[in-house]
Amino acid sequence: MTEAPLTGHIKDGETLDLRAYEAIGGYQALRKVMQEMTPQEVTALVKESNLRGRGGAGFSTGMKWSFVPMDGKGPKYLICNADEMEPGTFKDRWLLEGNPHQLIEGMIISAYAIQADISFVFMRWAYKEAAAIMRKALSEAYAAGYLGSNILGKDYHLEMHLHTGVGRYMCGEETALLNSLEGKRATPRAKPPFPQISGLFGRPTIVNNVETLSFIPHIMNKGVAWFQSLSRTGDGGTKIYGVSGRVNKPGAWELPMGVTVRELLEEYAGGMQNGYGFRGALPGGASTDFLTTEHLDVPMDFTAIAAAGSRLGTGTMVVLDDHTCPVGFVHNLEHFFAQESCGFCTPCREGLPWTEKILYALEQGHGTTADLEQLDLHTRWLGPGNTFCALAPGAMEPLQSALKYFREDFERHVHEKKCPYGNHSH
Amino acid sequence: MLTATEISRIEHELQQVPVKKAAVIEALKIVQEQRRWVSDENVEDIATLLDMSADEVDSVATFYNLIFRRPVGRHVILLCDSISCWVMGYEGLRSKLMELLQVKYGQTTQDGRFTLLPNACLGCCDRAPALMVDNDLYRDLKVDEIESILMKYE
Ligand SMILES: Cc1cc2nc3c(=O)[nH]c(=O)nc-3n(C[C@H](O)[C@H](O)[C@H](O)COP(=O)(O)O)c2cc1C
Ligand code: SF4
Ligand code: FES
Repeated sequence: MTEAPLTGHIKDGETLDLRAYEAIGGYQALRKVMQEMTPQEVTALVKESNLRGRGGAGFSTGMKWSFVPMDGKGPKYLICNADEMEPGTFKDRWLLEGNPHQLIEGMIISAYAIQADISFVFMRWAYKEAAAIMRKALSEAYAAGYLGSNILGKDYHLEMHLHTGVGRYMCGEETALLNSLEGKRATPRAKPPFPQISGLFGRPTIVNNVETLSFIPHIMNKGVAWFQSLSRTGDGGTKIYGVSGRVNKPGAWELPMGVTVRELLEEYAGGMQNGYGFRGALPGGASTDFLTTEHLDVPMDFTAIAAAGSRLGTGTMVVLDDHTCPVGFVHNLEHFFAQESCGFCTPCREGLPWTEKILYALEQGHGTTADLEQLDLHTRWLGPGNTFCALAPGAMEPLQSALKYFREDFERHVHEKKCPYGNHSH
Repeated sequence: MLTATEISRIEHELQQVPVKKAAVIEALKIVQEQRRWVSDENVEDIATLLDMSADEVDSVATFYNLIFRRPVGRHVILLCDSISCWVMGYEGLRSKLMELLQVKYGQTTQDGRFTLLPNACLGCCDRAPALMVDNDLYRDLKVDEIESILMKYE
């Protein structure tokens, strides 16, 4: 059995309440930190562990924290990004519903490391059950003295609140999230200044993903060598991987970082459904490039997936099977991105609906060869460096890789003047 | 006119934030909770309470997918139309819903019982296709289950 520190204690469909969490050693890490460690020591340990953010970008967590100014007056903030709206992603829900105190403990320790005064869990609207569970867990944590003033007898004070969103993918982008928390439209902010220096209400702010923060207590308890030993590769820890699509056993599993695409598909997801073959997969949610049959033995970590031309992203894979049209698949994705574009910058606001229309025309049998060239151009116009945030470049990742790996399918739509798969309407 | 309860709840929110404007999303949520949608008049009332212009409040209200600026039915159906549900054939559910309710996306049934809306990924893609009715999540759906689900809602 592989070790699963984040999820091993979660029984299917159940929540660990405060007593159950304490019974398995919960809040011991917080005790240790409060008794033995300075904020700087916490940050140094996280940095040394090389924990990389699980929200999609994979930035070093300890490094991010180290940019927060530790002198000066006025509030600082720690925010947990629980907006999870990347299509194909369902990993944070598991942690939020199954072990809310693990997240809260991780947030308190992280907040202590940057000496934050106030923290928020920013949770998407649709996670009704998770929100109810989190509300209860927060009041348990306050009642037990883990939150509020003089935490565990130490001169440290932290408030923690749950904020539920009102639905917009952009709320997950960290600077747009800050605007949303300030009651504004969820449009991104120019960087620099980075949120670590000037974030919520202009104050130093750290935003981290649910899975990232849930790891913090374990790193405090068991240390750097243990964290690295969980992984098969240079990127430490376990990772929550998921598979959805036409496989026998879709689901999510916490596994050593670096399991291969093939292992995930065959051993965990039970292989393709009878009658369906594997054509490709988005390894980490809607905004990652396709991997195909040639990548089945690629280890699913940040480094190897990047070398294969894609991104680990959220680590939850969406499978494209051989009965499903790749053009229709990408059309569905671009429809999502076009709708969720915040409209702030022109290439994205104009380019995504255009992309979606072209893909729709192809699916309807009205596409031309010139349309394919337009799609190629769009993948450059909306690529990195041309837009204000990462939504548009993310939207281009599945498109550019589909154009590369499934070109023939695009061309058949043009030449046959119809969708050769014919199995999906729009 | 906002009710006394709504006003006192919004005023409570105002104590939590450093600037009044920051409470606008909470205020919209509070107003929508009982009324199910936010009218022009509600927008103006919120604006007055928060020292904002009505247009400013509206620019926030209309940005977010789940603040409704038009009346909705007693129950709102959010059908996931994102990638995993698409691969798993959510379109069958869509046709069934449209046929049973005699509505298109964005419309409300004649009896005011349901509004049907598409929604982005509901975060349960391993159990696709999925939909929500109000606060209730339904997963691993089959077309022939739709009718009995709808019957649970008056
Ligand atoms: C359009 C967009 C949506 C995003 N949505 C999320 C999200 O739902 N959850 C998340 O943790 N990160 C999301 N991110 C990434 C965040 O901007 C940020 O990198 C992350 O929360 C940092 O946490 P980490 O370092 O722990 O990964 C999104 C980014 C973009 C561009
Ligand atoms: S890239 Fe798209 S989502 Fe990002 S700021 Fe520009 S318009 Fe908004
Ligand atoms: S795609 Fe439908 S729940 Fe994720």
